[in-house]
Amino acid sequence: MSTRVRVAGVGMHPFGRFDGVSTTDMGARAVSAALREAGVTRGGFQAAFCGTAYGGVATGHKVLSRLGMTGMPIVDVEAGCASGGAALMLAAGAIRAGQYDTVLVFGTEKMPKGIIRSSFFEPWQEEAGLAATPSFFALRAQRLMVNSGVTKEHLAQVVVKNRRHGAANPDAMFHKEIAADEVLGSRVVCEPLHLFMLCSPNEGAAAVVLTGGGGPTGPGRPVTLAAAVLRSHLPGAVLSESTPLSGLTDDTVPSPTTLAATAAFEEAGLGPGDLHVVECQDTDAARELLSYEELGLCPAGGSAALLDSGDTALGGRLPVNPSGGLLSKGEPLGASALGQVVELVRQLRGDCGPRQVDRASVALSHTVGRGANAGVVVLTA
Amino acid sequence: MTVVRTTVREGLFTDGESPRLLGSRCGACGARHFPRHQTCPYCAAEGAEPEELSARGTLWAWTAVTAAPPGYRGETPFGVGVVELPEGIRVISRLSVSDPALLSAGQPMELCVVPLHVDDDGNEVVTYAFAPAAS
Repeated sequence: MSTRVRVAGVGMHPFGRFDGVSTTDMGARAVSAALREAGVTRGGFQAAFCGTAYGGVATGHKVLSRLGMTGMPIVDVEAGCASGGAALMLAAGAIRAGQYDTVLVFGTEKMPKGIIRSSFFEPWQEEAGLAATPSFFALRAQRLMVNSGVTKEHLAQVVVKNRRHGAANPDAMFHKEIAADEVLGSRVVCEPLHLFMLCSPNEGAAAVVLTGGGGPTGPGRPVTLAAAVLRSHLPGAVLSESTPLSGLTDDTVPSPTTLAATAAFEEAGLGPGDLHVVECQDTDAARELLSYEELGLCPAGGSAALLDSGDTALGGRLPVNPSGGLLSKGEPLGASALGQVVELVRQLRGDCGPRQVDRASVALSHTVGRGANAGVVVLTA
Repeated sequence: MTVVRTTVREGLFTDGESPRLLGSRCGACGARHFPRHQTCPYCAAEGAEPEELSARGTLWAWTAVTAAPPGYRGETPFGVGVVELPEGIRVISRLSVSDPALLSAGQPMELCVVPLHVDDDGNEVVTYAFAPAAS
């Protein structure tokens, strides 16, 4: 039996736009909050992993230098949208292996404004117009509409739901609810996706203190990290998050999300039917619905019906993105996965006030993006 | 001054009257690749054979980009989509049609070469695209 990994403390810098506040400032605030909650001080953790994609060289070192807490290994981890999930996987694995007792995991990011420019693409792909990230989201959305009976009204309803949830989250970027006709009335970015169906790349930080057997326990109800899994893509799917230039006509290649979810459920000894609350990748509204199917929250082709049932709204059977999701919070790549974990730890402790999910004791978070990288985390109380 | 026509990247396609995409075929698993690879991305076998891909296929997914993305100097809006070729491969491509309402699933498509922009040296930069097939 390997060491049980527990979450001893969590902390956030809100997600949004903060002119004059640096990546280091935001990271330091989130880390300080998490360490304070865990009762961990200088020398109380033996390693640190920092998720960041646009932070630049030694982002993690700069944050911990600011706090006067260096000397231990500090490793920056880049795995696109799943960077924080990758950092969490490395930390949990090291604790289970007995390498460390307590590990600090954090993510911090200031994203450029507008359509994300990614060094992932070659210059000729940008020149040819084949590097517009929302166009890949749109093609994926269109296929979901063909395969699952999803309509533009469904896409709008995902935004309405998540913005309603986000209105109750002080760490979110948008605190205003939105109506379906406003979503459908916003400009078309890439058909079928309108502006308000896409999340905003932005800024923020999140931190989590993980500990094994002998470490601190943190406040309130203890939360266990039951699984932290990262997977990359298998080749074949032309619309994979790995954004290849071609793929096969074989539609049976499992997605990186499905690979990660399957492994995470196995690691946790749980299944989709055991979940009480989920935070999933909603970079665009269709991505949330696709995540329902890829995570096994519904059968293939069943995402529109699951949304229509109301089960995934707060008050429903399995609320998805009670934090408001990326559609309300925005997406700072290195911090977004850990932002989900912070939300779910607070949900499992019962600390979420008006957006609290009733009797939540099993939670799952999911991020997927460029690479491809998919991260799935299972938490239990 | 004569305008020189240049492809956006060497080795992707043949220019001219009947353009073709330059792919490859794995001798071990039979999968087709685009762009051309020496090593098969599906089974890791070495020595894939160069092969020109079919110039005709059917439309599988499509959209239009309405605002210029970073690094792009051409006109907007422009079409982007996925075309399925008879040899069992789906290719991401620019489309000649930028109004999504004019396209439909399964529509026959044909490879063509379209201008992107004139570069700083005065060259006309062209790329591959798929257009609705004439017949």
